[in-house]
Amino acid sequence: MAERLLTFSIFRYNPNTPEIKPYMQEYKLEEMPGMTLFVALNKIREEQDPSLMFDFVCRAAICGSCAMLVNGKPRLACKTLTKDLPSRITLLPLPVFKLIGDLSVDTGTWFRHMSLKTEAWIHTTREFDPRAREERMDNETALKIYEAERCIECGCCIAGCATANIREDFLGAAGINRVARFMLDPRDERSPQEYFEVVGTEEGAFGCVGLMACEDNCPMGLPLQMQLAYVRRKMAAAGLAARPQTRAC
Amino acid sequence: MSVYQTHTTDVLVIGAGLAGERTAIEAATHGLDVIILSLVPPRRSHSTAAQGGMQASLGNCAMGYGDNPDIHFEDTVKGSDWGCDQDVARLFANTAPIAVRQMAYWGVPWNRVVAGRKKLPDGREIEDLKEYEGLITARDFGGTAKWRTCYTSDGTGHTLQYTMDSIVIKMGITVHDRMEAIALIHDGERCYGAVARCLRTGQLHAYLARSTVIATGGYGRLYGVSTNAVINEGSGMFLALETGVVPLGNMEAVQFHPTGMVPVGILITEGARGDGGYLLDKNLHRFMPDYEPKKKELASRDVVSRRMIQHIRKGYGVESKWGPHLWLDIRHLGRKHIYTNLREIANICKNFAGIDPAEDLIPVRPTQHYSMGGVRTNIDGHAYGLKGLFAVGEAACWDLHGFNRLGGNSLAETIVAGMVVGKKVAEYTLGATLDCPLQLVNEHVRRQESRINDLISGRLGKENVYEIRREMENTLMEYVGIFRNGPDLQKAVDKLQELYRRSLKLGLRSSGKYASPELASALRLPGMIRLALCIAYGALNRTESRGSHAREDYPYRDDVNWLKRTLAYWPPGAELPVLKYEPVKITELPPGDRGYGESSAANAAKSGNHTQENKK
Repeated sequence: MAERLLTFSIFRYNPNTPEIKPYMQEYKLEEMPGMTLFVALNKIREEQDPSLMFDFVCRAAICGSCAMLVNGKPRLACKTLTKDLPSRITLLPLPVFKLIGDLSVDTGTWFRHMSLKTEAWIHTTREFDPRAREERMDNETALKIYEAERCIECGCCIAGCATANIREDFLGAAGINRVARFMLDPRDERSPQEYFEVVGTEEGAFGCVGLMACEDNCPMGLPLQMQLAYVRRKMAAAGLAARPQTRAC
Repeated sequence: MSVYQTHTTDVLVIGAGLAGERTAIEAATHGLDVIILSLVPPRRSHSTAAQGGMQASLGNCAMGYGDNPDIHFEDTVKGSDWGCDQDVARLFANTAPIAVRQMAYWGVPWNRVVAGRKKLPDGREIEDLKEYEGLITARDFGGTAKWRTCYTSDGTGHTLQYTMDSIVIKMGITVHDRMEAIALIHDGERCYGAVARCLRTGQLHAYLARSTVIATGGYGRLYGVSTNAVINEGSGMFLALETGVVPLGNMEAVQFHPTGMVPVGILITEGARGDGGYLLDKNLHRFMPDYEPKKKELASRDVVSRRMIQHIRKGYGVESKWGPHLWLDIRHLGRKHIYTNLREIANICKNFAGIDPAEDLIPVRPTQHYSMGGVRTNIDGHAYGLKGLFAVGEAACWDLHGFNRLGGNSLAETIVAGMVVGKKVAEYTLGATLDCPLQLVNEHVRRQESRINDLISGRLGKENVYEIRREMENTLMEYVGIFRNGPDLQKAVDKLQELYRRSLKLGLRSSGKYASPELASALRLPGMIRLALCIAYGALNRTESRGSHAREDYPYRDDVNWLKRTLAYWPPGAELPVLKYEPVKITELPPGDRGYGESSAANAAKSGNHTQENKK
């Protein structure tokens, strides 16, 4: 198979120099066997343009650093093979997140904020006893928690979400999945009502308009729609449970 | 005049992986103010890429019954080829069960014991007892007498880091991500913090602290092919080395993981072999039992990696355009097991090699993976040479691993050491003042400014950072690999010295302004080459074979002359490290047979305790 000459059209903008307006810059690169966007972008930086900004860390689709719009779709660049793309490749930074420069966006701050907002840690009144054996847990429960914990906070579900693109405060699929992870966990002592405070709103589980791009775009293949449905039903139940009390008041 | 932002804190932690965050949590628990600096958001740290698990002798699963810290200690010392500090190994083995349980308390969804009879892939039948059901289970890993490696499927590092970071967030510990420490502030006796460069704006910052902790991980990316993340460039190690007074310990001890996927070098967890996977050669023959009849695929990593290269050298490698490799076969574990307990591996195989490990063989080759060496510290994690400087995790030479680390002991070290060292950091900090002379801070910032200006102006030269870096990577790959010998190591040292001189004359091609990635690389490169020289020069001078350090011209371990640790110093202006040595502390377990590996086989053949000698 003859190797192709690829044309990359890459978004350029540095917020430190707002006087230079955003523009698209073209680079040509010979395709190599097994070439990923990780290999391609590093070659461009090292051989053609050392100022080009992008993020990679693990380059193995584990750390979630390198999500970008590849020909319009949110993808992890490290595991995107050029052979699966046409010879003209357009790369844009993820929308929604704050731009650091070129293809680099600040997903870290967004996700830390999400963790704070959903209080994404185990809420327990128990003390840790270093001399005691661990609490028992059913293995199936552990696997279910892990299933929800596999999110790598890459931001693909957020970037592809219509609601997140409109409402700045929307938790998005990653946020709702994070809440589901703690709801599933018997170690977390929060009541459904307490969760309701966090996600029973338009910013949370009820802001979704059901376009399902989150699940289409999730590089980990997480069942985000199922988690959303799970959280919504829990919240509906919590709402119903709360109602008679409200009337009694 | 210098324009820089100053931050003051009690404890400055450089690196937000598991070791850094656990240390920070411990210090904050003692009421101290902590700032963590990180190149990336904490949850992107390389700790998240650890797959297989964390060793702790809970003894809950059938193949772990009877396990205890004594056996964990023994396995660790044998694994280290008697290179580790036995006080540290003892402390570590005793603390690991508490660490695992605390992580469970904080939220890690450890896989749990399911009671019942089971048949292992090799035909053995085992029974997990009802009384242990629901407790934390473990899998088999190399070089261990018991199944001791606790895990969450094959995403153990991920769940540990996410849980650890959840506690950091809960406690409100300050994290400055995309902030790179580029120099330590010190006066030759005490460390006062660090100068850092913001990777968003390029601005310089001075962090002043009563104590400073290096938790920057390993240097895998010095090698052209490594399982490590691209951020693993050894930065904390070269910052410490640059002080001239802090030594790096055992830098020649470099771990090669048996199963890096070819050609990309992405890790395939040891859990794949622990769960019953085989290594096959070009004839699809399972060759490891021929070399290691007892431990087979699960001898220690140094031994398995050497056996693989030996087998390839005999002509049994599978030819490919990326050179010869071997196969990892996990097909017989079954689709269900692979797609639950080894799912991230299945994803990696699909994404990067286009194969399904339930049906296809995985191409693998030993690949640079871990650095046993690092900033030399005492058992409290306090660095040699500078008061107020600590190091923890892979960046440190605490020295838990000696010349070979066991799989599952690195995640365990990050957390155990974080607990232990964090407490010592707190104790030290509570008794220390913050009396950093402002002039010293100014000097340190100005020195970094002038380095940056020189790189931008090209005043000292126009050498290309990427070209020199590539040559350094190739030099280590070619001459400082799994098997080493004097002439090759000398070649490496000569070449690296030439590259080092050239790295002092770098000039940028981009403007270098703001968060320039080229400038970031250029600032790191001379330090990285110094580390490469510590590795190559340390290896050249160690005329024995021990653990991962395998000299073809000195094939045996030499306990008479080499039961000692290398300490590499870099005096100001030097072009080579100065090597010193210190004895290795042996407390409980005197040097002997590891029970696997080449010398063990030779001993068995001679059926006596004949002392082997390296030819002089």
